[in-house]
Amino acid sequence: MRHPAGSIAGETHGESMIHTENLTKRFKEVLAVDNLSLDVREGEVFGFLGPNGAGKTTTVRMLTSLIAPTGGHAVVNGFEVGVQDTEIRRSVGILTETPGMYDNLSAEYNLQVFANLYEVPDVIGQVEKYLKMLGLYDRRFDAAGTFSKGMKQKLAIARALLHEPKIIFLDEPTAALDPEAARLVRDFIAELKKEGRTIFLCTHNLDEADRLCDRVGVFKSRLLVVDAPSKLRTSLFGRKVVFHLRKADEKLAQSVRKLGFVHEVKAVDNKLLVTLEDPEMHNPDILRLLVGEGADVQFVGELRHSLEDVYMQLVKAA
Amino acid sequence: MNKIKTIIRKEWAEVFKNKMVIFTVAFLPLIMTALPLGIIFATGDAMAAETVTTEMPSEMTEAMCLDSLDSAACFQVFLVSQFMMMFMIIPVAIPVTMAAYSIVGEKTTRSLEPLLATPITTVELLVGKCLATVIPAVLATYAAFGLFALGSWLLVANKALLSALFDVRWLIAIFLVGPLLALMSVTFALMVSSRVNDPRVAEQVSMVMIVPVLAGFFGQIAGLFVLNKAIISWAAVVMVIIDAALVYMATKVFQREQILTRWK
Repeated sequence: MRHPAGSIAGETHGESMIHTENLTKRFKEVLAVDNLSLDVREGEVFGFLGPNGAGKTTTVRMLTSLIAPTGGHAVVNGFEVGVQDTEIRRSVGILTETPGMYDNLSAEYNLQVFANLYEVPDVIGQVEKYLKMLGLYDRRFDAAGTFSKGMKQKLAIARALLHEPKIIFLDEPTAALDPEAARLVRDFIAELKKEGRTIFLCTHNLDEADRLCDRVGVFKSRLLVVDAPSKLRTSLFGRKVVFHLRKADEKLAQSVRKLGFVHEVKAVDNKLLVTLEDPEMHNPDILRLLVGEGADVQFVGELRHSLEDVYMQLVKAA
Repeated sequence: MNKIKTIIRKEWAEVFKNKMVIFTVAFLPLIMTALPLGIIFATGDAMAAETVTTEMPSEMTEAMCLDSLDSAACFQVFLVSQFMMMFMIIPVAIPVTMAAYSIVGEKTTRSLEPLLATPITTVELLVGKCLATVIPAVLATYAAFGLFALGSWLLVANKALLSALFDVRWLIAIFLVGPLLALMSVTFALMVSSRVNDPRVAEQVSMVMIVPVLAGFFGQIAGLFVLNKAIISWAAVVMVIIDAALVYMATKVFQREQILTRWK
């Protein structure tokens, strides 16, 4: 029996696919996951960020029913962790930290084994579909052990998708890949997102999370914060607009500072760094003021804090 | 059932890609077959001594020598019987290495986690792994015994001697106790394989299972006991109980969580 969706409001996505309440995992003295409460909605790409040893893999293992929680509860695709484990395993796909292929067996046979274990109705057709989709069809008879890291990772992704799961857990999918292979994998994740699958992406590649994720959760044994990457930046650093001038001085900065909606102004190297909440609304006013003061405005841009800045700030504070 | 078949096929596809494994599976039975056949061949016509049976322990002559056998043929049965125990080593020795590697091997190649993430149950996984190693071992034992039967038929003209060689106790031993021994060694090896992190340790520890069979072999040679129909039948009953206990323990020892989290 499937459980009803969780009650925490999502963003623009559908019903709750992953719902946890105070999910906890303790290994003797080590508290690996501490009271994780989280809701991931249908069709969402959720980035689970955290340093090594933060408990990301442990969380994924609990949510895929590989290990049991020691506290709290979790519902995945409507099935309760610890109670309906076989149903959960049947309905989710997982890309583990290392591909773990059967190196002596061909790529095709590797996938056939898993298609059979997932009880895929059309094993041959489904294996062929994903081998073609991931560009491995021409190498299907080659032993997986002869594949490059990137190819093995693609094969492992194919393995995770054979049974068309609604939820896919990707644990560090681009770790240890060269830039080209990492890009291929990221592009494929973007394709999966377009198909409307729910993706739980564990990573410490912040650029990757920024590009792919609708929301991210920063995690270090406990969940520090969850939001869309852009909102996290704004909430932590505000929005900064850079006005490049032919000559910037403290007098100009003082004039801008007097505007009521401006939070902070700094004059640095012929640039004015202005912190404000709504640049779209207030940039024209600032521009008018600067031109009126006789400043030569060369161009205007927004200073984007990277997700790395957000992450570092949160993890250090934790 | 399909998942069990999938595991068996996967194990065979992996294991039998390795030519050394095929060599091991074939070599041991051939040696074990050649030894008793060699004895029959070597002792065939040369056995003229009428007194040999008088030097044999009386329990042995009672157990092995039919009334229709002359003393030379009786001694031939006695000698071959010592080596018939070799056929009991085959189902223990062949699968133990494969089974010992079975789980710990998947740990080292990191393929165990994706495998456990599928809807396969622990029982299905263990039954699949178990049968994948028991079946080749039992087939190899039967094939070896078949070769021995064929060789004996070609070498032995005396029908009474032939029927003494294929006494019912050996048929029970090969066709019933053999598979039970294979199951015992495999379940024990799987248990060890589930608990250790090094394939070499798994193999070394699992080899312990050969000891009881070797003890039986040397015990009979030393004249401590004579493997008669009653003993072998009791051995079969005891093996059924031991196997049932080992299978139960293997499913309990295979803790998915511990296997995943203890492995670094």
